[in-house]
Amino acid sequence: MDSLEDIHTGFQFSNFARNETLVAKGFPMPKSRKTGTTIAGVVFKDGVVLGADTRATEGDIIADKNCSKIHYLQPNMYCCGAGTAADLVMTTQLMASQLELHRLNTGRQVPVVAANRMLKQMLFRYQGYIGAALVLGGVDKHGSHIYSIHPHGSTDRLPYTTMGSGSLAAMSVFEVHWKPDLELEEAKQLVRDAIAGGIFNDLGSGSNVDLCIITKDGATMLRPYDVANVKGQRQGKYIYKTGTTDILSTSVRPIQIVSETVRKVGEEEMETA
Amino acid sequence: MATEVMEVGDYMRDPRKHHFSPYMDNGGTTVAIAGDDFVMVASDLRLSRGFNIFSREQSKIFGLTPKTMLASTGCWADVLTLNKVLQARLTMYSHEHHDVMSTTAVAQLLSTMLYWRRFFPYYVSNILVGLDEEGKGVVYHYDPVGHMEKLTYSAAGASVSQIQPLLDNQIDALNMKNVTPPKMTKELAHQLIHDAFISAAERDINTGDGVIIHTITKEGTSEEKIKLRRD
Repeated sequence: MDSLEDIHTGFQFSNFARNETLVAKGFPMPKSRKTGTTIAGVVFKDGVVLGADTRATEGDIIADKNCSKIHYLQPNMYCCGAGTAADLVMTTQLMASQLELHRLNTGRQVPVVAANRMLKQMLFRYQGYIGAALVLGGVDKHGSHIYSIHPHGSTDRLPYTTMGSGSLAAMSVFEVHWKPDLELEEAKQLVRDAIAGGIFNDLGSGSNVDLCIITKDGATMLRPYDVANVKGQRQGKYIYKTGTTDILSTSVRPIQIVSETVRKVGEEEMETA
Repeated sequence: MATEVMEVGDYMRDPRKHHFSPYMDNGGTTVAIAGDDFVMVASDLRLSRGFNIFSREQSKIFGLTPKTMLASTGCWADVLTLNKVLQARLTMYSHEHHDVMSTTAVAQLLSTMLYWRRFFPYYVSNILVGLDEEGKGVVYHYDPVGHMEKLTYSAAGASVSQIQPLLDNQIDALNMKNVTPPKMTKELAHQLIHDAFISAAERDINTGDGVIIHTITKEGTSEEKIKLRRD
């Protein structure tokens, strides 16, 4: 029997065998929310434009009609995410924190390469089990950069890229219309059209288009940039009168005071050990 | 080499498992509501597989006789085949009897046809609607192997779990206290079908693009198309 001191933190490899046994006995792992998505990014003349749709799905059901998929990393860096919702939020939050510490330690703006390297090393360490597919974009003293990062840790530095279930629909728009040194308005329209391609032709993507524009002067989130779909109008009213819900039984019990004590809480010294 | 294979009989080798998956889900939702002297049947217009849209204008409703219609969703190949065979059976009947088959007879025929494929079923959810011998609206709901139920309203297909509880509540006044079920009119049926599809398209990725609503009365049939969100 292990004593409490023998149990150490870190990855417990024995849990893997335990989980496999549980699956075999009919207790599968609970399903995490994996969302179909369209995300994209382009480099333009003065910076980068990132784009994303706003649909989150659980199987065939739309769980969130207006979720945010463009995550903050640094004032000069944002990151679009596709894949397991929890992994994306936790990974980008962790990276935002690590990058901020890095900025404080070095006393300079963090370059985009650094964020790319930290993300890929983390994802590679987890061998693809962190289901995060990312489009990282930012501007630093070296210029404007877009990286696509896959769940297993491979990365590409590209002038334009797409990811998620709508990536093919979005990429087909880029392949036709992208050119080097786009103006800001051209780039915004191009990314909107690419995301709209995913929204309308991929069932895993939908609702609105969010954009994030990053230049050397900082980042601007446009949420929503475009409401690609208007909600349908119902003809009827579905309001229930009070008393429609049947109350099966009611019982009222008075609170019985057994005893009353007053505990004084004194000021404590802060723990500094 | 060839002789070597011949020497070993098939029964001597390890069994090989061949994978063949004859079914696919092409989405689509259907709703039908009957009244005293009419019946309405509707379907969405999206045909899909997985995350892909095959068509944005594919009705899932088939006219069988002047006063009978069939709404089918599921595996689209099976929907087409089932309808082809059913149409042939109706033609044979009309040639033999010099008359159109009644809605009740079509309903029984469909059940029999589905059960004939008991161990390799048509992967289809059917709703048959029409006017009966007295001119009353009727709705028949089927499972894929031919179990039939006569109802006054029904939903089937992708968004059945969103729409059926709504109809139970709004038409039969289920799960409510001090509420009497409303009289079914064409206006109410149209409103419920319209709102059911609008709401289903909001939350189900397999329902969208548009709705087609057919109305059957003793005067004849009419149809109407409504737009739905296309994302």
